[in-house]
Amino acid sequence: MRTLEQTTREVLDLAAKHFQLPTGSLAPEDDFFKKLGIDSLQTLEMLSRLENHFGIELPDYEVQGVSDFKTLAERIQSRL
Amino acid sequence: MKSFTGKTLRWEWHEGCIELTLDHAPANEIGTAMLAELEKFVAAFDSLASETTACIISSARKSVFSAGGDLRELYRQAASVPEKDRPKGIRSFLEHIHAVINAIDSAPFVTIAAVHGACLGGGLELALACDIIIADKMARFAFPELRLGFIPGFGGIPRLKRDLGNAVVRDLLFTGRTINATRAHTVGLVAQLAGEGEALAIARSTAAQAAKYDPVARAAAKEFMKPIPHEELRCEIEIFCELFTRPEVMAALKKFVEDSGPMPYLP
Repeated sequence: MRTLEQTTREVLDLAAKHFQLPTGSLAPEDDFFKKLGIDSLQTLEMLSRLENHFGIELPDYEVQGVSDFKTLAERIQSRL
Repeated sequence: MKSFTGKTLRWEWHEGCIELTLDHAPANEIGTAMLAELEKFVAAFDSLASETTACIISSARKSVFSAGGDLRELYRQAASVPEKDRPKGIRSFLEHIHAVINAIDSAPFVTIAAVHGACLGGGLELALACDIIIADKMARFAFPELRLGFIPGFGGIPRLKRDLGNAVVRDLLFTGRTINATRAHTVGLVAQLAGEGEALAIARSTAAQAAKYDPVARAAAKEFMKPIPHEELRCEIEIFCELFTRPEVMAALKKFVEDSGPMPYLP
């Protein structure tokens, strides 16, 4: 079982890779909408990327209003 | 017409397979422009059917198969006419799009949707008309219409119910959530999963396989196993038009077209 810290790290690494940013350039508290400047289609892409990586389903409404990686990782952790 | 390039889509016939490519910025929204070109597309079936074994529908847009009906156009058009005249315009649009999707549904060759990215609302309804859906593992599917106060209007509920049953329809409809390709494959919506960027290649190899079978038997099998739910489709149009007259719908459409948030498909 992953710890929340591990999950958060994997989320950050996945986001950095997906949006072609240097590893370590994202922090748990970052607002990903502001930091990545992503639109609705890219949000769905990221959701797919996370679900495929963690092997979970993360309903959109559970992450609605979530904008930082730390909270996102917590939502993922609750589904693992 | 063996090839066509329009403003929203293009198609090309090659060795028995028609490839229809949706290419309408930003997200292949299905409005009056795409509807007119889809009507040209299905009109070409008469001349192409006898020498066609398969048809593949895919998207040239990044990250999206189709975001569905053009809600911005729908709002503009509805807002430009008196309230009492709104159902007339939307009914006419629905009648035309139903005719197109019914023609794709009943085409006498194998139809394949090669889906990548977002496949939402009317986009999913277009894919559902196809015999086989092949999805990139990054594809996502949803019926987000209830957030606007109406139901899917391009035949989505009757077709999803026909193919998968009511439980899946209810989950998608009552949550508005998007489901990923793996989930869609598990419930039977997606026939084959493809790696990232591989849906079209797999659709082509599937089309080549389908081409090996006897066309008369194939057409008979399709007619037998894929009846068009005409009565429910008529009901759908009636329910849609009835719901559409409510002020809540215009308010929701206005909110949607003005929303620049990351999840505009959720209320």
